[in-house]
Amino acid sequence: MPMKTFTIELIIENKPAAKDPEGEVIKRDLLNKHGFENVTDVRCGKLLRIKINANTEQEAKDAVVRMCNELRLANPVAHNFSMRVL
Amino acid sequence: MKIAIIQFPASNCDFDTLHALKNVLHADARLVWHKEFDDTYDAAILPGGFSYGDFLRAGIIAAYSPAMKIVKEMAREGKPVLGICNGFQTLCEAGLLQGALLRNAALKFVCAPVILKVITGRKIFGNPLENGKIIRLPIAHGEGRYFNDERALRELHENDQVVFKYVDENWRESEEANPNGSLENIAGICNREGNVLGLMPHPERASESILRSEDGKTILKWLINAR
Repeated sequence: MPMKTFTIELIIENKPAAKDPEGEVIKRDLLNKHGFENVTDVRCGKLLRIKINANTEQEAKDAVVRMCNELRLANPVAHNFSMRVL
Repeated sequence: MKIAIIQFPASNCDFDTLHALKNVLHADARLVWHKEFDDTYDAAILPGGFSYGDFLRAGIIAAYSPAMKIVKEMAREGKPVLGICNGFQTLCEAGLLQGALLRNAALKFVCAPVILKVITGRKIFGNPLENGKIIRLPIAHGEGRYFNDERALRELHENDQVVFKYVDENWRESEEANPNGSLENIAGICNREGNVLGLMPHPERASESILRSEDGKTILKWLINAR
C-alpha cells in the first residue's frame, strides 16, 4: 500500500491550572470591551499544521502523539494537546 | 575546576558570564560552542539568551542537542550544572529540573532589578547556603513564570529544592515583588541532589561594583567552590 500524505493540526494549550494571560487579555480588553460582552472565556494556544507521510491515518496520529511525548512538542508540565486530521 | 560555558545559536549572556568568572573571579572558565562540547569539563553553565530563537518554547531545541546529553551525564555524575535564565529554561525542558517557565503574566519582557531571598540552608554544589540571605540581581526575560502542578510543587518543597524566591524591600514574598507571575514567587530551584541549579535572574550581570550589585558573585562562587 503506497504511503499517503496526511495533514494534522496539533493544538497546544495551557492546562486549566496554568493561567493563560494572553487569552484573558483578548477576552477582557478586546472582545468584552468592544461589543462581545457575552464572551466568557478565551484560551490562547499554539497550532502546528503538520504534513506527514504514513500508511494510515491512525499511524499518522500515533506519530504526532509520539512527537508530543518524546520530543515535547507540548510541555507535559503545563500543556494539554489535541489534534484533528484535515 | 574547569568550567564550560556552553554556547548555542543565539546565546547572548555567554561573554558576560565568561567575564564575571574569568576576569572578576579568576576561575578557569571558557566558552564552548555546543557542537564542540565534550566530557572533559568539571562543571557546565548554560548561559542566558534566546537559544534557537526561543522557537516553539524557550530552551526546548537546545534541550535536545547532543551537548545536553553530555550535560545530563555530568549531572548524573554529580558534577555542578548551572542554568541562568535561558539556561534554566533549557534545564527544565531537558528534565534536569522540574517544572516549566511560561510566558510572563504581564505578557511583557521584563528587565528590572529584583530582590531574591535564599529560602533554604541546604547544600548547593556541596556548599551549605545561608538561609534568609538577600541577593540583588537583575532579571531580563519574557518567559519566566515558574509553573508546576500541585503534587510536583509539594515534592519540591518536601525535598527542599526551592532555592530562591522573589521578595520585596521588606523581604516579604508579596505579589508586588513577583515580576512575572511565578507560582509562590519562585525564582530558582535545584535538583534533589543539589548539583543542578537553575534561576531566572542574572548573577553574571551583577558581579562588579560598577554594576551596582556584586551579589551575583555569591552564586558564581558556589559553583567555583563546588566540592
